[in-house]
Amino acid sequence: MSAPLASLLPLAQGDDFIQERTGTGCVQENGFFCAEWAFDNFDRYVTPLVEHLVLVSASVVAGLAIALGLAVMSHRRRWLVPPLTGLTGVLYTIPSLAFFIVLLPITGFGRTTAIIALTAYTLQIIYRNIVAGLDNVPAASKDAGRGMGMTDRQLLWRVELPLALPEIIAGLRIATVSTVAIATLAVFAGAGGLGDPLYADLTFRTNVLLAGGLAILMAIAFDALLVVAGRVASPWRKVRPV
Amino acid sequence: MSLALVSLGFLDAFTGAIDFIFNQRESTVAGDEVGGLAQIGDLTVDHLEVSAIALAGSLIVAMPIGVWLGHHGRGELLAVAIGNAGRAVPELALIAFMVAFVGVGLVNVSIALLILGIPPILTNSFVAIRQVDRDAVEAARGMGMSEPEIVARVELPLAVPTLMSGVRTAAIAIVATATIAPLAGVVTLGDLIINRNVYGDDGVLAGGILVAVLALAIELTLAGIQRLLTPRGLRLERAPARA
Amino acid sequence: MSTDSRRRALFALFAALVLALGVAACGGDDDDDGGDGGDTGANLIEENADNNGVQVTVGSKNFTEQYILGEIYAQALEAAGYEVKTQLNLGSEVIALRALEDGEIDAYPEYTSTALTSFFDIPPEDVPADAQQAEDDTQAEFEELGLTAFPPTPFSSANAVGLLTEQADELGVSTISDLEGQSEDLTLYGSPECRQRVDCLVGLEDNYGLEFQKFTPVDIGLRYEVLDQGDADLSILFTTDAQLSTSDDYTILEDDQGVLPAGNVLFVARTETVDEAGPDFGEVVESVQGDLSLEVMQELNARVDIDKEDPAEAAEAYLQEFGYIE
Repeated sequence: MSAPLASLLPLAQGDDFIQERTGTGCVQENGFFCAEWAFDNFDRYVTPLVEHLVLVSASVVAGLAIALGLAVMSHRRRWLVPPLTGLTGVLYTIPSLAFFIVLLPITGFGRTTAIIALTAYTLQIIYRNIVAGLDNVPAASKDAGRGMGMTDRQLLWRVELPLALPEIIAGLRIATVSTVAIATLAVFAGAGGLGDPLYADLTFRTNVLLAGGLAILMAIAFDALLVVAGRVASPWRKVRPV
Repeated sequence: MSLALVSLGFLDAFTGAIDFIFNQRESTVAGDEVGGLAQIGDLTVDHLEVSAIALAGSLIVAMPIGVWLGHHGRGELLAVAIGNAGRAVPELALIAFMVAFVGVGLVNVSIALLILGIPPILTNSFVAIRQVDRDAVEAARGMGMSEPEIVARVELPLAVPTLMSGVRTAAIAIVATATIAPLAGVVTLGDLIINRNVYGDDGVLAGGILVAVLALAIELTLAGIQRLLTPRGLRLERAPARA
Repeated sequence: MSTDSRRRALFALFAALVLALGVAACGGDDDDDGGDGGDTGANLIEENADNNGVQVTVGSKNFTEQYILGEIYAQALEAAGYEVKTQLNLGSEVIALRALEDGEIDAYPEYTSTALTSFFDIPPEDVPADAQQAEDDTQAEFEELGLTAFPPTPFSSANAVGLLTEQADELGVSTISDLEGQSEDLTLYGSPECRQRVDCLVGLEDNYGLEFQKFTPVDIGLRYEVLDQGDADLSILFTTDAQLSTSDDYTILEDDQGVLPAGNVLFVARTETVDEAGPDFGEVVESVQGDLSLEVMQELNARVDIDKEDPAEAAEAYLQEFGYIE
């Protein structure tokens, strides 16, 4: 572009930048759901989505492991059940946000804090269900196992736990769905997740529906996944509606 | 060595928080004072107020429906589905939905919290009535009691434990969500946590501790009430049977 | 000339002009070799390999304008070759200053008015009305803290008491003092920090002597929603808000007693970081903020607040538009 013409347009660049706004348009009017904006900006939700997935998966797996350990311990030492039920119950009662905040001075901002709190939440329901599941194993099956010469340990792992699987899966389903919901508060612990975009703009309707919707869809997806996993793992049992 | 430092750090943080609760201090945003028992007291009262309104509302809405459905044995799928759906709703999303689509303020927040309380109460009322011993109900019918009488004098008393369990779940969910009510213009104890700018780190931690303590206190209180309301016979029957 | 050929000639000239303007406008983003209107060439930030080892963490407070400013400075410094990390969304100015002093961040953008009233305890009515004086005072104070405050941005921003234009007409108010006698029946909504701030609620109560029916703290992001939904009679707005320039629905009341001072933005950095970073640091900062006029800042705010764009993208667009980066 030659110099003389350039001097004709001293402000053209700056003026270009400033757009005419008529105040109309889906986003500007905060319409119910602006599909175009959602489509264009979906990449801004990907990282939070992944973070959320990680938080939920890690917490439920950890919760399962811990609850299983506690349940196995209480299986032969029944006196442990009431105190453990009480303890996991207390952890469940503490509101998640408060739990995150109280952990902050100890474990700092970040994923670890969130996972610790989320795991603690899952313990009550998973523990309770594993214990109940083990309790409901028919005596006949246990006798048969003993008859075959199984040790206590073998009995537990080869007979009792598999038969308790439906109850365990039921507990996992509840725990996972709850964890997906609670993990939206992980943003307050500095751990990201879908709560991050949600909290960043509470008034923007499309954002609320998108972030909230993704969370609810995730919960449904996990639930379905666990139902399938349950059927695959225990084909001998007719799955009861929970 | 670092473990010692970490624990020292966290002890320091906790003493700071306790100090915040009891003593007023200057806000981190120069100006008015924050902290102290008076302010904490006000916030707690506000927190309980919105929670109580919501809980009462959800009881009024959900319990009659759940009881009716349970008594007539209908709508099991619905009751269970609503219960499950309730667990999947993230509280932050619910509050955000209110803010974005409806508005801020006490009325709107109460409605949001009320919605949160309905699933556990509905499901538990249904299940509670359903699992009352059918024989007892038949006996009552045989004695000539009217349907409402049966509900009131036979089913409800026997259903108390499960019912109260639902109320407790709802109450805890409501109190927990009331913590983020300040996002929608209703200032509760959660304000301490959400507005770090105003209250400082000590305030935030104090808020966390206070909310946790409040929730536990409410849970204990309701557990006590449940115990009082449970008919003697049921209480004995339900004593831990595990060897 | 006949009328016909004259008309034809005029038309040809007109068409040529339009064509030239069109080409010029379209070709505007291409690199230029000068011309006085086009500062594209001059603005471009060059990467300097010397800066590669220097790590800079840019912070910001927690509202739209701050996110955008933080991103602009961060992306500009990155273009110059620095290793930049961002920690936006720190919180209020007190938290930001603490992060700066602790070394958690190396720099962030602060308003002269906020610095003077909040950090340096100067009553709002004593904040110099002259922008230059305010900057000098602020820079001097920051120096004592071991911080370097760079020269100011072209635009300045202030808190403002705003309301729906219809209601302003109904109440017959155009200045804040006009609210006297009526404020007891009006609700005021502001940020949570506003309750404690001398250039906000505290100033309105103490200096204007106003009492409001109720003050409700809500997130800064809701300041227009609460007016729209009828929850708030009055709301604390910012003079650089996009909504004020794009719509006539809102009116701000004149601050006739000067309680809500306006401040330009100074990029404040740790002096040791500035020394380590070398001369490019200051040059980039001073250069990149040069096009931040009030209109441009409002436009940027609009892109994020109204169009819901990502602040990082809006910052990038600004840098590209004015030729700082490609």
